[in-house]
Amino acid sequence: MNWRHVYHLGLKELSGLFQETVLVILIVYSFTLDIYTTAKAQPETLNAAPIAVVDEDRSQASTMIVSAFYPPYFVAPRLIDAAEMDARMDAGLDTFSLVIPAGFQADLLAGNTPEIQLNVDATRMTQAFTGSSYVQQIVTSEVTEFLNHTRTASSSPVDIVIRSRFNPTLDAGWFGSIQSVILSITMLSIILTGAALIREREHGTVEHLLVMPVRPIEIMVAKIWAMAAVVLVGAAVAILVVVQLLLGVPIIGSVWLFLAGTLLMLFASTCMGIFLATMAGSMPQFGLLLMLVLLPLQVLSGGMTPAENMPAAVRFVMQFTPNPHFVSLSQAVLFRGAGLAEVWPQLVAMAVITVALFALALGRFRSFLR
Amino acid sequence: MDRADDRSAPVARIEGVSLRYGKVQALDAVTLDIPAGRMVGLIGPDGQGKSSLLSLLAGARRMQEGHVEVLGGDIADARHRDRVCPRIAYMPQGLGKNLYPTLSVNENLAFFGRLFGHDTAERTRRIRELLAATGMSPFGDRPAGKLSGGMKQKLGLCCALIHDPDFLILDEPTTGVDPLSRRQFWDLIDRIRLTRPQMSVIVATAYMEEAQRFDWLVAMNGGRVLDTGTPEELLAQTGAPDLDRAFIALLPEDARRDHHKVEIPPRDPDRDGEIAIEAQHLTRRFGDFTAVDDVSFRIHKGEIFGFLGSNGCGKTTTMKMLTGLLEPSEGTAHLFGGPVDPGDMNVRRRVGFMTQAFSLYTELTVKQNLELHARLFDMAEAAIPPRVAEMAERFGLTGVMHTRPAALPLGIRQRLSLAVAMIHGPEILILDEPTSGVDPVARDEFWQILSDLSRQDGVTIFVSTHFMNEALLCDRISLMHAGKVLVSDTAEAIIETRGSATLEDAFIAYLEEAIGETETAPEPAAPVAEEAPTPRRGFSLRRMFSYSVLEALQLQRDPIRATMALLGSVILMLVIAYGINMDVEDVKFAVLDRDQTTVSEDYILDFAGSTYFLEQPPLDSYADMDERLKRNEISFGLEIPPDFAAKVARGEDVQVAAFLDGSNPALTESIQGYVEGLHATWLTRKAREAYGEAAATGDFDVEMRFRYNPNVDSLTAMAPAVMPLLLLLIPAMLSALSVVREKELGSITNFYVTPVTRLEFLLGKQLPYAVLTLMSFFILLAVTILIFRVPFTGSMPALIVATAIYALASTGMGLVISSFLSSQIAAIFATAMITMIPGTMYSGLLDPVTSLEGFGRVVGEVYPMTHYVTIARGTFSKGLGLRDLGEAFWPLLASVPVLLLIGALMLRKQEK
Repeated sequence: MNWRHVYHLGLKELSGLFQETVLVILIVYSFTLDIYTTAKAQPETLNAAPIAVVDEDRSQASTMIVSAFYPPYFVAPRLIDAAEMDARMDAGLDTFSLVIPAGFQADLLAGNTPEIQLNVDATRMTQAFTGSSYVQQIVTSEVTEFLNHTRTASSSPVDIVIRSRFNPTLDAGWFGSIQSVILSITMLSIILTGAALIREREHGTVEHLLVMPVRPIEIMVAKIWAMAAVVLVGAAVAILVVVQLLLGVPIIGSVWLFLAGTLLMLFASTCMGIFLATMAGSMPQFGLLLMLVLLPLQVLSGGMTPAENMPAAVRFVMQFTPNPHFVSLSQAVLFRGAGLAEVWPQLVAMAVITVALFALALGRFRSFLR
Repeated sequence: MDRADDRSAPVARIEGVSLRYGKVQALDAVTLDIPAGRMVGLIGPDGQGKSSLLSLLAGARRMQEGHVEVLGGDIADARHRDRVCPRIAYMPQGLGKNLYPTLSVNENLAFFGRLFGHDTAERTRRIRELLAATGMSPFGDRPAGKLSGGMKQKLGLCCALIHDPDFLILDEPTTGVDPLSRRQFWDLIDRIRLTRPQMSVIVATAYMEEAQRFDWLVAMNGGRVLDTGTPEELLAQTGAPDLDRAFIALLPEDARRDHHKVEIPPRDPDRDGEIAIEAQHLTRRFGDFTAVDDVSFRIHKGEIFGFLGSNGCGKTTTMKMLTGLLEPSEGTAHLFGGPVDPGDMNVRRRVGFMTQAFSLYTELTVKQNLELHARLFDMAEAAIPPRVAEMAERFGLTGVMHTRPAALPLGIRQRLSLAVAMIHGPEILILDEPTSGVDPVARDEFWQILSDLSRQDGVTIFVSTHFMNEALLCDRISLMHAGKVLVSDTAEAIIETRGSATLEDAFIAYLEEAIGETETAPEPAAPVAEEAPTPRRGFSLRRMFSYSVLEALQLQRDPIRATMALLGSVILMLVIAYGINMDVEDVKFAVLDRDQTTVSEDYILDFAGSTYFLEQPPLDSYADMDERLKRNEISFGLEIPPDFAAKVARGEDVQVAAFLDGSNPALTESIQGYVEGLHATWLTRKAREAYGEAAATGDFDVEMRFRYNPNVDSLTAMAPAVMPLLLLLIPAMLSALSVVREKELGSITNFYVTPVTRLEFLLGKQLPYAVLTLMSFFILLAVTILIFRVPFTGSMPALIVATAIYALASTGMGLVISSFLSSQIAAIFATAMITMIPGTMYSGLLDPVTSLEGFGRVVGEVYPMTHYVTIARGTFSKGLGLRDLGEAFWPLLASVPVLLLIGALMLRKQEK
């Protein structure tokens, strides 16, 4: 391989990219504003959960319970009557409906163990799970508080204290912002290399290179380094300026280690871009292929829902893509402050995937050019 | 406007028209009257304003400065354009550029017929007549992409003539077509003009010999009109023997100062010994199509060897085989006496190749282009600057070293291409149509350089061309047609053998011999009796349908795309619906047990025994816990304090601590819930053991009712929400590329110059993809119900109606993207951005929209997918129908016209 060729062809790629205004705008957007809005929009797992209360008791106890729900976890509860409840849940207006039956307070004081009904819209998985245990806790503590005023009860002596390490307030925006950066990295590196390659072939400029003493591997490596450089700079800006400075996410780990991981990730995803381009016959086919690949990478890499929960088959397939490794590396490095000693398995995995994808892409690249 | 008026008045009046593209001045204050009822020729080289002027006349391009009146009205006025566009026909430059290659001849013609409002009977009659008149009747079912260049142009002409235009605008209809087809094409135009004498025709051409047969000529150069008049007038005025010379004589003084006729000195016959290029029985097949058929020739060192033939005759394929770009199916190619080896870098260093399509890297300046190629040919860094300077000097590029190629005239660009091909001083030059579209002066200069290279430097030159006068300059030529070499000899010998007057006549004689009777003789064009129906203004279903049929046919001819769209959705559905899983299972944890008693072990056992958690080897310190949390070996650590058992027994307060990994908040929250639950269970059990049943009874009970999804099943919750996501991503991508692709490939011109409105165009494009989306929906529905076994409890008609609306919304989003972007890459990027992120984040897939904040909330509220998710979940799980879901239906329904309107507003009916 002739490194001089690689270097100069890469420079040509860069000057070509910077002359496409729309693309440059989209790239800048996806590493700045896009990440900012996504992080800001993402709720904590329980944020402004819509709750309604059917208070048929209208007692001191039920009032205490109602007033215990307030923002940010819940919206101020709406007091409705039993007839409205079903319709509101059907329309998706409330995730939770709490029904406090008539005579609740009286039964409570009499020790009759009254029953409160909690209706949960279980089609909203995230809120339904965490929210219902919150609601239960809140109701329990209010009832206990109420009873403590009226009688002295033995509180349970063993308490559990839960501390969240690395993200004490469980701010979802922290991880959401990183998740967005990862999506931008994947999307851009695949599109920039893949779609650009197809366009070059449609315009016949790749062919021109092949009559010169330039090898396919040089053309490929040139594309990889040039596009990886652009995306790496974007990712660095996104992490240092947008995530750290503007969003104020405390990054306890080494940003440099993260960027080193990003670089490996980029090598892998640019190779994937080239590989996909060689698979697709035309730009419309590439567009579809991109969607078919990007969506699973985004949803199944462990960023949106934990990888631990996925079926074994899905996890098995996903481990051959760079994304899950990169997701777990970024979580470890940025939030858990992990160092090289902890994340080397991810780095090795990405390196192996890069080499494999590179070989695969190069094999197809040669025949694609002809 | 009466037609009788048209004949006396000029068909078009051009006044002070200027046009610039960025820095390039394409037209410079042009003022001109085009006479009606005549055949007007626009002559001059490429890139000198001919095409720009014609597209302005057709109303395809937006006017920048000046005033153009066509058929009695201002063409810049949209209403006048609407009124006269059914009377104008425009055939843009480029072989079959406004045709759809995967559609058959009949289908292409039917597409145009529908655009002009013809019903089936009318269309069939016109298509039959036009095909008969052009001798194309036997080829009605052949895809346009598989026609020869000449036939493509005939088809283009048929498409232009289908609506009986009064003003026919042809932009270089014969460039790149073989001489026989060229002759036939003009005969055809003459016959048509006999039957429709009122028709005015304006033609641009680069072939001066063709211009001889036109009624009236406009000579253009540098965006200005040099002169006008009949061919005879121009010849008489300049005293030139032919129009080529006449044109040069008309050029301003400084443009022709250095011009002299090219004289190539005869070759020194002593040097014939060495053979530089040799082809033996070269054959190349693509599938069942033979592009090059048994071609053999020998080219001596220092010889100029010409390859003469039409586009698609196999010239380029042969050249590619000689350079090793293509592997021959049969036969061998030799360079410098050795077989061509694609891997041999040393041979490549001795060859220079100038491809037809390649016109340099437009993103680099002239100097950068030269430098890059010098480096790619491994020239020493020190040798590059003097060599670049030398080439700039020799090829006259000194003044433009810091300009980008796009801003240069074609002639200079071609010189630059040659300079690039020559930068490393190759011994063989292979040039594929190097002077296509270059003006006569620049062409002569170019050939002078070739002459010097051959005669002085001994460079072997292998050049392809379709200009006869260039072929005459070559030492020897091969006439090529349909992959075969017809004859190979010196030009003089060829002319002599056939006994013809000119090389062109000889070539045509050879062609006629080779073709035989494959194309049927054209019938005389039947006069079209009926007047074309005047297309009605306003919305026309037929015109809209025309684009729907077009898209549907294209989709049908690209089965990979349709299959990917349908099958891909199913695969994604399976992967994602199973993949998104909220259930907590086998979460790893470890314990720091500072008590080490049976009570603490009992506590731990509750965790370890649960299916949610998986115990790992115990921890020995906080540091150990931190370390293992960092390494992601455990998701949480449990610390049990010393004296835990003792304090529990004494009833004193004691705290157990759980340290959770908070780096993925969603997961952490679920784990937290389970930890608290297990803790509470343990407490209850302890209380029961200590104080009996009574103590374990709480003060009150909370009865949990998980509605709509009683088993809290992930699939039941996710599948109905993943379906909307898939029905958004793929249809949006399909429709986004459908418009941008037309822009990038050039067929968008049909939209500019036919009566189709923006709404008809967008809706027409949208419909087939909306139908495909519906098909995809039914497949996904079947998967959800039959494979995932998600119960469907609500109203099926409601869901189907909602899906139909949603299909229009998601394809509409793609159209909005493509109506203002012009490159496919940008469209892919933008579509991925506006679907993937809002679709997965802001549309209620995981978090309800009401819980979102800021801008994401705003997007979520108006995003069509949000409402469709509500409807899908409502009908699937909540047993709802149309009436209950009104609140979600209205915004979804409203999004369709809103998107269509945005798309229509951003789409331009003219080129900028």
